[in-house]
Amino acid sequence: MKLSKATKKGSATKPRKAFRAPRSRAGHTGTPRETRDARDVWQLRLYVAGQTPRSLLAFANLKKICEEHLHGRYRIEVVDLLKNPTLARGDQILAVPTLVRKLPPPVKKIIGDFTNTERVLVGLNLVPLAESLR
Amino acid sequence: MTRPGKPKNAPAARASQASSPVAAPEVLEKVPSGIAGLDTLTNGGLPRGRPTLVCGGPGSGKTLFAVQALVRGALVHGEPGVILAFEDTAEDVAKNFASFGFPIEELIADKKLLVDYVAVERSEIEETGRYDLEGLFVRLESAVRAVGAKRVAIDTLETIFTGFSDEGLLRAEVRRLFRWLKDHGLTTIVTAERGESALTRYGLEEYISDCVILLDQRIADEVATRRLRVVKYRGTSHGTNEYPFLIGEDGISVLPLTALGLAYPVSNERVLTGVKKLDTMLGGSGYYRGSTVLLSGTAGTGKTSVASHFVDASCSRGERVIYVALEEAQSQILRNMRSIGVDLEKWVKQKSLMFHVARPSAAGLEEHLVRIHGLVERHKPAAVVIDPISSFETTGLKLDVRAMSVRLIDYLKGLGITTLLTYLSNPAGTEETQIGISSLIDTWLSVRDLERDGERNRALYVLKSRGMAHSNQVREFVITNRGIDLVDVYIGTEGVLTGSARVARERRDEQDAEDRKRRMHARMQDLAARRQTMQAQIDALKAELAKEERELERVIERDERRETWRAGTRERMRHSRFGNNDSSSKRP
Repeated sequence: MKLSKATKKGSATKPRKAFRAPRSRAGHTGTPRETRDARDVWQLRLYVAGQTPRSLLAFANLKKICEEHLHGRYRIEVVDLLKNPTLARGDQILAVPTLVRKLPPPVKKIIGDFTNTERVLVGLNLVPLAESLR
Repeated sequence: MTRPGKPKNAPAARASQASSPVAAPEVLEKVPSGIAGLDTLTNGGLPRGRPTLVCGGPGSGKTLFAVQALVRGALVHGEPGVILAFEDTAEDVAKNFASFGFPIEELIADKKLLVDYVAVERSEIEETGRYDLEGLFVRLESAVRAVGAKRVAIDTLETIFTGFSDEGLLRAEVRRLFRWLKDHGLTTIVTAERGESALTRYGLEEYISDCVILLDQRIADEVATRRLRVVKYRGTSHGTNEYPFLIGEDGISVLPLTALGLAYPVSNERVLTGVKKLDTMLGGSGYYRGSTVLLSGTAGTGKTSVASHFVDASCSRGERVIYVALEEAQSQILRNMRSIGVDLEKWVKQKSLMFHVARPSAAGLEEHLVRIHGLVERHKPAAVVIDPISSFETTGLKLDVRAMSVRLIDYLKGLGITTLLTYLSNPAGTEETQIGISSLIDTWLSVRDLERDGERNRALYVLKSRGMAHSNQVREFVITNRGIDLVDVYIGTEGVLTGSARVARERRDEQDAEDRKRRMHARMQDLAARRQTMQAQIDALKAELAKEERELERVIERDERRETWRAGTRERMRHSRFGNNDSSSKRP
């Protein structure tokens, strides 16, 4: 519990901070790619129900993938449905864990604990992006 | 209330079930379903705190069933509900069922109902690993908590099978869902599409062991009838037949007219039949109000005429009447009855008489019932005529017709409405109705043809009339242009005579009487004549006697006069001769 709480809080805030700094920097440097990337704010919302091993695993997997493919350009908001059950209706959450890509549009939804990285990349449309980055 | 265990926390979940008070109730409690008639069928309603599966093909009324049970539960039985709608948004649900008078929006505003639209779109969802449907549980629980729900409808749960690919996981979750619902004591209605070989496409019946209801729509003789069957209902007795049901103005009703049993109030009031002599036959004052009168007879025996007389009499009393005509048009009945001197048109104009003309084949039996039901609700009649009830026989199975008739009779009787049913019996003349309702009838009049001497005459009997002294006599039934007349038949040494035989016999009787009278008269005259003659003779004799008497008196008078004269003369002679008195005295 203690661990998960720490992870969650950290995860919910840390990436945001980590992201904000590069964006401002990118704005200053003014390189086209970085400008475009900076505008491409990846807003991800992860729905979980309680701090179960599966939700912890899902968060860890997601973070790893994001770090790898969207380093510094993502923000993960974790919603614990046990604490905010009414939020499940808004995004039509049935399965948990569910990840909703709020930005960039269109809204994408993937479910599971993200152990299948390939599917996560496909589901989030990260594959072409990752390739173009390379 | 405990939160459901996730699959990995199975032991905890099991422990919570064991401690749950509703997990194993001793006696299965039931809760009124809100579906008219279903509670009678299931001896009380749906199993309380347990899931009920409602399956059926497309358009069979599953969703309506679920929504109706929830709405009625919230409205009537004080049980708030949650509808998990997988197919329609809350707005659509409210809109779709507004026509049934379900105030869904108000209920939602009053927090008595919560409609949660659960969208499942497969195309949007990528599965990246293990997951479960905890989100659904969370939503359900939060909804249940929000309104304090006692009932839940899930329409249609199977949709999740199209949204997710891991069927094994889905099945486990479905099982967990039902367990969760049970643990929380939620009376649940789960709808499911009917499968080809199984009851449901995804075999949901495996998970619901308490109550399974099958809805069906079938077409027989070009008439579609919806049917409902309680496939299973654990731990309770229930009707096992298929019961026709209807989707009417107020939603589903299984027995559109609630089964009233035999606890209706009876009236001692009598209502005149409109035929004076018939009143006399029925103890002098007609039918009992609220009784059921059957008028059976072969074709053309005047059933409609008797019915019309009753209608006329009822309307004259200021009562309202519904005439259900199943074989004739309204204008035809009006014309025909006018020809025998019964003017029904004025009652139609005054709106006290309402005609309901329907072809029996135009709708299913149930629909007919419901229409009549609706008419009765609106028109509030004191009497209903169904002419003829036998024509329903052509539309359905005998059993169905009987069931329907019983329900109709029960319903009308329960409202204290006098019902007159005409019944076209077969010429064989067996004194029973094909649909077997004779035993439900209070007063049974039979109109029969009597064939004799090349003519047919109608005779009316009172076959039975409960609770009143009634005539055991046959009356000849004559239709004149001034209405119906019942004539005493001729009963004599030659048996029962009707028609011209009766008329001939009566003429002969009349003639006989005439003859007798004439003979008597003649004798009297004869006697008078003789008396006169005698009198004359007497008078003559008297006259003769008087004459003789007078003559005799005259002779006596003369003789006396002569004697007196002679004596005087002698006296004078003696005086003259100076003789003495002696000589005079000696004189003879």
